[in-house]
Amino acid sequence: MTAHREAHPRLTENDPRLDADALERERRLLERTWAGGRGVIAWLSEVDHKAIGRRFIVTAFAFFALAGVLAALMRIQLARPENHFLSPDAYNQIFTMHGTTMMFLFAVPVVLAMGIYLVPLMIGARAMAFPRMLAYGYWMFLFGGIFLYVMFALNIGPDNGWFSYPPLAGPAYSYGKRGDVWAQLITFTEVSGLVVATCLVCTIFKLRTPGMSLNRMPLFVWAMLITSFMVIFAMPSIVISSTCLILDRLVATQFFNQAEGGDPLLWQHLFWFFGHPEVYIIFLPALGMMSEIISTAARRKVVGYMEMILSMTATAFIGFGVWVHHMFATGLPQFGVSFFTASSIMIVIPTAIQIFNWIATIWTARRLQITVPFLYAASFFFVFIVGGLTGVMLASVPLDRQVHDTYFVVAHFHYVLIGGSTFPLLGAIYFWFPKITGRMMGDRLGRISFWLLFAGFNLTFFPMHLLGLDGMPRRVYTYPGAMGWQGLNLLASAGALVIFVSLLVYLVNVAVSLRAGAVAGDNPWGAATLEWATSSPPPPYNFTPQPTVASREPLWHSELRPPAIVGLRPDDREVLVTYLLDAEPDHRYSMPGPSLWPFLAAIATSVMFVWSIFQAQGVVWGSIPVFITLVGWFWPTKGKARLERGVTGRLTARESVS
Amino acid sequence: MSRLRQGLGGLGPAHSVALDVSELPTYGFGHRSLLWWATASMMIIEGMVFAMVIVSYLYLKGRVPHWPPSGPGPDLIWGTLNTIILLASCVPNALAKKAAERMDLAKVRLWLAVCLVFALAFNGVRALEFTALNVRWDTNAYGSIVWLALGFHTVHVVTDFLDSSVLTALIFVGPIEERRFVDVSENALYWYFVVLTWLPMYAVIYLGPRIA
Repeated sequence: MTAHREAHPRLTENDPRLDADALERERRLLERTWAGGRGVIAWLSEVDHKAIGRRFIVTAFAFFALAGVLAALMRIQLARPENHFLSPDAYNQIFTMHGTTMMFLFAVPVVLAMGIYLVPLMIGARAMAFPRMLAYGYWMFLFGGIFLYVMFALNIGPDNGWFSYPPLAGPAYSYGKRGDVWAQLITFTEVSGLVVATCLVCTIFKLRTPGMSLNRMPLFVWAMLITSFMVIFAMPSIVISSTCLILDRLVATQFFNQAEGGDPLLWQHLFWFFGHPEVYIIFLPALGMMSEIISTAARRKVVGYMEMILSMTATAFIGFGVWVHHMFATGLPQFGVSFFTASSIMIVIPTAIQIFNWIATIWTARRLQITVPFLYAASFFFVFIVGGLTGVMLASVPLDRQVHDTYFVVAHFHYVLIGGSTFPLLGAIYFWFPKITGRMMGDRLGRISFWLLFAGFNLTFFPMHLLGLDGMPRRVYTYPGAMGWQGLNLLASAGALVIFVSLLVYLVNVAVSLRAGAVAGDNPWGAATLEWATSSPPPPYNFTPQPTVASREPLWHSELRPPAIVGLRPDDREVLVTYLLDAEPDHRYSMPGPSLWPFLAAIATSVMFVWSIFQAQGVVWGSIPVFITLVGWFWPTKGKARLERGVTGRLTARESVS
Repeated sequence: MSRLRQGLGGLGPAHSVALDVSELPTYGFGHRSLLWWATASMMIIEGMVFAMVIVSYLYLKGRVPHWPPSGPGPDLIWGTLNTIILLASCVPNALAKKAAERMDLAKVRLWLAVCLVFALAFNGVRALEFTALNVRWDTNAYGSIVWLALGFHTVHVVTDFLDSSVLTALIFVGPIEERRFVDVSENALYWYFVVLTWLPMYAVIYLGPRIA
């Protein structure tokens, strides 16, 4: 499409709008336009990506804490043989809740939340695309999590494991509402995840500031872009599988019923076609965080920018071709199994490229600063690689069949997920904490917490490899004393205590630093990317004037002095929309302001979801309030005012657009 | 644009150089608009769901010796009629999209209203389709997947009807801004998606039981 227009962006020299006085006036106007109001209604109507990102992060960590308490209960139960601390039924619910919470309410939401907070700042944008949809995504996530934990408190928490295999999770063996609660929680998190991924893609594609062509995007933004695409392509698979499961349970469809032509293995295929990419959805943003932290600590750009991007992309693609390695024990044909062994081993290559690039970056550092975030990033090399190596072992069928469903697998995926995602994430929180709050986190407590976590983590999970090789099955609530497993189990439980203490220290550090941390300033780490160009914490409109960039590390190349943007209306929430590839300016777009409708729509949707698991007609009657709230949401209220102020008004000038 | 790129890359230390965007328009059609990309994302997501339904259908079909396992396949009449209606609805849809991109308010109103008539028709015939499937959803896995496939596409024709109705109401009562025309254009794009995804679904639901 070639648009012929007379209007072009113009470069102006000695522009009076960049004088200090003019900027100050503009700042005051922007403040009035973009600031959220006070009071409960305003709080519920918030659409600022930073506020929503913060809430997302805090909520996800609250679920992390809950999942941690559940894990602690399991470790107490398993600390000695034939323990009666937890009943088998409670144990089933607890391990299911732990896994479900960690995967669906912590790991995925928290990495997306980091993207929500950081991406618009990193690309020099004033806002995120579709801010109301973003708010809706947050409320759906929150309500889904609350729904799960209320059900758990009422003793109808799911108890079929976090991947909820039929026939165990089907109507024949799982009575009551527990299985439905699990399937419907998945629906909540799907809606939230897909909404957020869409917002991220649109933001990254269309709101990058001029000069930030695709090949100048920070690696974290690349990681979030690729991750968002993975969400978009992977989640539909669990949309269908969880729908089929809940239909089997509620209206007696036969998808997974062997007796009527259904097949439980269909569930496994559909679930893992989502479930394995899900691992990379958790992992890729952490890689982006690693790159930013390491590059800043090493005071140089990451070695091999293009290789990093291609590696992440390759990981994303191959990640869709490995799902059957979760199903090696189901007796699938030999040829198919060999293919998935090969692809599972192949995925090592792009990951290795990235790890070598980071090592090269550290190796050639200008003067390496061993900051706390760097410690977390560096621990990735040890913890994640142990998990990666056991992953290569598990990709081979004979070994997998030997240790399938044992603690070896539990050890493996905790090394991969905690090492590959949570360690970098905790480092990233420490790294961006000054930007988010304006204050530094304490260095001493930071180091203590890191080393405790590192020790506690290995103490907890390394023995599980040995337990698994020794045949201890996962998901058993206890074990006989004669098996000789108590020593290693006790060690793991002691390690869990150390993890608990380390996270407590981390929390204390956050709490103390919020009130008494050193004031950070704009760029305390001397980092290179745009989020450090604005104040800490950033104003609601992120930047004024909006900067443009002339290199990949704009703050390290201040001699280039690219022009600043002028001409976005400060009395309207205008953002600059740019072209996809080279981010050339295209048009000004007025962002929607705060609105209560996303909150109301999320309530209506949640009522429909919860109602429908108790009564099928809940889908029909519950959809009416959803429709009403959506209409209220989309009905334009600003348009008239905008027309009157002459913000728009080119209607008469018919323009050719193709 | 080369002028701009030079400006961004090679400027000296003059601090007060600005890039003035105040003359730029406040909207853009097609891939230039944010909404186009969100619609594209929706289409990928739902296209993947349709693909997963088809994969599941073929998977279940491969597991049994006869397909359908018992009884006849669905009657062709209503499904085929609906295919024709859906395809025909592309004409007013295309005209609405064109009128929107020319910002011709009168034509947009006209063709959106015509689109709604078509939407009413294919929603009505869709109800008849369910009566002609010749299997219940709880009879066997074949019945389940056929009901799922038709049901999932029905969610799309119903929501497309509802959101087009809201948009049409908006276009009639205003206020009319340029971006309303972008909305019409993106709505038309989504309409094409709903029609085009029906073709493989039709093939699966109606022709699947008729080929060995």
